[in-house]
Amino acid sequence: MTTTFPEVAPTAKRTPRTLNPGLEPSDRLFHGGATMVGMFVLIMTGSIGLFLGYQSIPTLRHYGLSFFTQTSWQPELDKIGIAAVLVGTVEVALVAMVVAFPFALMMALFITDYAPRQIKSWLVSAVDLMAAVPSIIYGLWGFYLLQPHAINLARWLSQHFGWFPLFHVDTDPNAAVWQQSRYTSSAFIAGLAVSMMAIPLACAVMRAVFDQAPLGEREAAMALGGTRFGVARTVVFPFAKGGIIGGTMLALGRALGETAAVLIIVSPDFAIKARILEAGSQTTSQLIAGNFGDATKSQLSALLTAGFVLFLITLLVNSVAAVVIRRSRSGAGTEI
Amino acid sequence: MGNDAKVAVLPRNAAALEAVEVSAWFGGTQVLDDVSLSVPPATVTALIGPSGCGKSTFLRILNRMHESVPGAQLAGEVRLDGSDIYTAGYRPTDVRKQIGMVFQKPNPFPTMSIADNVAAGLALTNTKIGRQDRNYLIEACLTRAGLWNEVKDRMNRPGSALSGGQQQRLCIARALAVEPKVLLMDEPCSALDPTSTHRIEETIAELRTQITIVIVTHNMQQAARVSQQAAFFLAELGSPGGIVERGPTDQMFNNPSDPRTDDYVNGRFG
Amino acid sequence: MTTLQVLETVQETPPPTPRRVPRRIRVLTVDDWLSLVGAVISSLAVVTIGYEHILDGSGVLGFMVCWYFTFLAIYASLVALTNPRQIVVERLVTSTLYLAATVVILALGSTVVYTFAKGWHALVHVNFYTHDMSGVSPTAPLTQGGILHALVGSVIEVGLAVAISVPLGIGTAVYMTEVGGRGSQLVRTVVEAMTALPEILAGLFVYVVLIVGFGLPKSGLAASVAMAVTMVPIIARAGEVALRVVPSGLREASAALGANHWKTVSRVVLPSARSGLATGTILAVARGIGETAIVLICSAASSFLTFNPTNVPMNSLPLYIYTAYSSHEPTAITRAFGAASVLLTMVLLLFVVIRLLVRDKGQQR
Repeated sequence: MTTTFPEVAPTAKRTPRTLNPGLEPSDRLFHGGATMVGMFVLIMTGSIGLFLGYQSIPTLRHYGLSFFTQTSWQPELDKIGIAAVLVGTVEVALVAMVVAFPFALMMALFITDYAPRQIKSWLVSAVDLMAAVPSIIYGLWGFYLLQPHAINLARWLSQHFGWFPLFHVDTDPNAAVWQQSRYTSSAFIAGLAVSMMAIPLACAVMRAVFDQAPLGEREAAMALGGTRFGVARTVVFPFAKGGIIGGTMLALGRALGETAAVLIIVSPDFAIKARILEAGSQTTSQLIAGNFGDATKSQLSALLTAGFVLFLITLLVNSVAAVVIRRSRSGAGTEI
Repeated sequence: MGNDAKVAVLPRNAAALEAVEVSAWFGGTQVLDDVSLSVPPATVTALIGPSGCGKSTFLRILNRMHESVPGAQLAGEVRLDGSDIYTAGYRPTDVRKQIGMVFQKPNPFPTMSIADNVAAGLALTNTKIGRQDRNYLIEACLTRAGLWNEVKDRMNRPGSALSGGQQQRLCIARALAVEPKVLLMDEPCSALDPTSTHRIEETIAELRTQITIVIVTHNMQQAARVSQQAAFFLAELGSPGGIVERGPTDQMFNNPSDPRTDDYVNGRFG
Repeated sequence: MTTLQVLETVQETPPPTPRRVPRRIRVLTVDDWLSLVGAVISSLAVVTIGYEHILDGSGVLGFMVCWYFTFLAIYASLVALTNPRQIVVERLVTSTLYLAATVVILALGSTVVYTFAKGWHALVHVNFYTHDMSGVSPTAPLTQGGILHALVGSVIEVGLAVAISVPLGIGTAVYMTEVGGRGSQLVRTVVEAMTALPEILAGLFVYVVLIVGFGLPKSGLAASVAMAVTMVPIIARAGEVALRVVPSGLREASAALGANHWKTVSRVVLPSARSGLATGTILAVARGIGETAIVLICSAASSFLTFNPTNVPMNSLPLYIYTAYSSHEPTAITRAFGAASVLLTMVLLLFVVIRLLVRDKGQQR
């Protein structure tokens, strides 16, 4: 028995039908609820950024560009500026990255290509644990354990490289009894402590991209007689360039915003110091933490402005990092 | 055929390869059992058989790539011109300089130019070579691989900007630059179109007199076209693979001794 | 037509290795190991002798650095005696990498060990865990006072922060992956940007708006709100990744069975992403628990134990550590290290939980 189908209007053949099922009521509720949460978070977090920017306007209007060039922070004299603070923040972060970059790179390469299989997962856990340790604990460690040894290194650097302005310290390094206190609480030592937080972050990103280096190319390099380092040089590093740079920049972003460890180690000194080995420095977070309590309304606004500048710098660094990672060959599958 | 003068400059250094009672494991699972095979110098030997019976594993044992897989183990010996390459103290990197490999999926180094790709083996092994000799070598290897005429005008372009067949010939040139005595080829044409396949088979025929070749192939007609001797691998359900029959290619295809070989070459399975 | 050539072995072959038994493949010879050990010992000897005289003793760190470079020089020359340049480079790189990994692990290990060692004297007293510091001066002996207030404060503050941030964070993640649309792209960009917000700014924001602006008292709740501000982006991002990774096949199967979107998300997608979501939450908690500046700004370093988060200042472990350290009194510093040990233990525990969860997920597949 043949089946007959109802006649379809001639014009309706071969043209797509519009389907509009719409959402059923409970789904409409679900989507609406999820959207509300998303919008709420968007508004709350976005308004923080906007609020900070808005608060900066009166401060910048009052002080103008001198806000960026003035080094001292004396609200009672109406002389405030973030020049010293910004320089100090950048110095600490840069010292941290100079130390962190090679160690993160070597650690990442070691974990992916050199570590014996049995300890590989332990190493990964150790690096992740390193990232989870609160910064104040690194501050304590840096101050009490590391500093006595690090000042020896600082002294050696100033002895042999003191002609370079960065490493000069205002005391005689060659004296038989040298002034230890001139080397303590410096940007250098704070940078070393902050590097403990930068290393695991950079290492995690680098490790993720090293793992993704294509196996086919690795095998080709091995089959040509390359050693493990030869494979790394020829295949892994060119592939992972974007991840290496991006991971480093992410860690830099973290280092710029670091607070607790710096609070413990550094003694405040409001001057643009190029001498990183010398005692005393100042970072933005320190500035805020030290001054918020006694601050008047306008001083609070100034502190917020300082913080806002820090936020913008960190945001810029993070965004560039994200773009570099995403654009690179290794970035496609990496989650940062 | 390329420039005969340049090709003739390269020494003929084909070597004999012999696998003696080779067994292989991945973790606890045995995948090859007691495989022995003699590969005479300056010949092409084809390893044929259905998928999953250990042909590629066996090939990778021949140049010590097998051990780079975590959990991989082997027994037996592989003798290059009489000496076991697995002897303690022999470096895998040295072995691989003498026994080269071309892979199924072409894998030129994408960040290097064509010229640098060919010479990559030299760079990887820290082999010093003068600029003139280097250019000579690159041209000679590309000629032997049958690629010179197609790329001589774009030697500085990246190695990945070529078609699949050209990339594979580039990989062959790259493998030849290290001047190995044996060349292992793991299904080199399976990812390529028929024209490229034909070109590469021509290359294999030209290389044969200068270098020993072992080729794994799924394609029986290809095995019949390029090889002088063949070995048929088979793994029954659940057991490790091994060689069922070996011998001159003609004999394997036209007059096999083992019924399983007969079934396979006549397409009754696999 | 070629015939099979019979190979004749001209030289003596070593005794055949046993059949069917895996053989141990040794790449490094006795000579290689001897070179390594010899280089280590001889460089140590050279530096020990030369250090005091040449470099007038610049401390342990300097010694280690000199030892390393001397080792490189000696080892390189030893290896170069019998190996080509490629191998020399490889050996140097390998030893450097092993050393770098050791240094990093030692740094981490020394942090943990040092914290516990310095805090030990405080940790052994029961009153450390059961009392607070009310009425106890910083110089008081370790048999008096304790960190109960800080511990409780940390737990309550982080607990409140989790209660605020987890629903918001996961909700945002669900919005971004399941509902999608143009708005979600904006949300994603802003959320990602907010991960760059330094914690002290979150604290300052809450301080200015809620405490100064609305006149609310400095309290644990204020600190929790600021913590939540830093935690939400972390949870939202990790959550988005976890949800995105759920195979679309699962969603399709659920839809094919007739489930609506909400049922699919709540019954299929969220449970599958469970461990990824948990990991993100725990990472956020580890971050929140360590935040010092926020509690400094939004709450205060009180010495009193309180369970009231709303209108009384509430201390936390990191803030307690900082204030105790600032007094520079030896007993206070010991207490600070004791509190640091407790904090570290909490983080370690959280960490172990993450590892267990992740392994769980691995086994599920």
